[in-house]
Amino acid sequence: MNCDEFVELVTAYLEGALDEATQQRFAAHLSECDGCERYLDQIRQTVQTLATLPPHSLGGQARDRLLEAFREFHR
Amino acid sequence: MAVEVVVEAAPGGAIQTDAPLIDAELAGRLRGGDEKAFAELLDGWSQAMLRVARGYVSSDQTAEDVVQETWLAVIRGIDRFEGRSSLRTWVYRILVNIAKAHRARDSRTVPWPALAEDDTAPTVDRGRFQSADEPYPGHWRRFPMVWPSPETDVVAHEVRDTIEAAVAELPQRQRLVLTLRDMHGYSAVEVCEILEVSPQNQRVLLHRARAAVRARLEEYFGRPSTGGGEAR
Repeated sequence: MNCDEFVELVTAYLEGALDEATQQRFAAHLSECDGCERYLDQIRQTVQTLATLPPHSLGGQARDRLLEAFREFHR
Repeated sequence: MAVEVVVEAAPGGAIQTDAPLIDAELAGRLRGGDEKAFAELLDGWSQAMLRVARGYVSSDQTAEDVVQETWLAVIRGIDRFEGRSSLRTWVYRILVNIAKAHRARDSRTVPWPALAEDDTAPTVDRGRFQSADEPYPGHWRRFPMVWPSPETDVVAHEVRDTIEAAVAELPQRQRLVLTLRDMHGYSAVEVCEILEVSPQNQRVLLHRARAAVRARLEEYFGRPSTGGGEAR
């Protein structure tokens, strides 16, 4: 497997979606190529950072109105 | 009868309700008027719901309206949840239907792109790899540079800003898939159900989105002021 093929398979690999033959070629290339190991690691880091971004919640007024509507409905 | 419900927080704080037992418990609490349960869903799901709604309609305000209407419909219609899908998927189906109805009424809306993006183009510039007449065709010309670890809060903050900017610039469907999968921790199955895309399509969109965001980070780290690492 070449690097230009490897980089297009990283997501399928992380999803566990590669067929066995491709998985083996991918793993073999990964063990031989520092550049691709670094690329895969950077994709992982990107995903990890995405997971830590702070969430914005629903605005205060909208939230209050909905809670009130919920209360009203169940009164 | 008090039952302890374990509700897991996925990345980004989204409440996981994939388990039928948890769903049944939550639905029961909602039917019973448990405000705390409703508030948890409101706080846990609304941000992602806003993003999805915004993918269908032409303004932030309309997206907010869609989310509000969705929650009102959930309040009134929770008795109709039968557990055939997950509670979250059920809520999102309502959301998508309401969003589509708004879109149909709004003459300004750009049509939902079918396969408007080029799904087959390489996600890494071919120029990064050696060509046929070079010693190792298909291999990196130069390895990707090493990324520094964010050593200060300022750098960590800039990294997050860079990522947010990159996500905002993604084509719509890539942005939605990346947001739901990687920011909110939704499963691939659930994302396919919510966005009505095939598993294959979902993976392609996720792949393209991640590669684009990674490339933006690489650009950021490569700037002289952020002390770019060695290239090989």
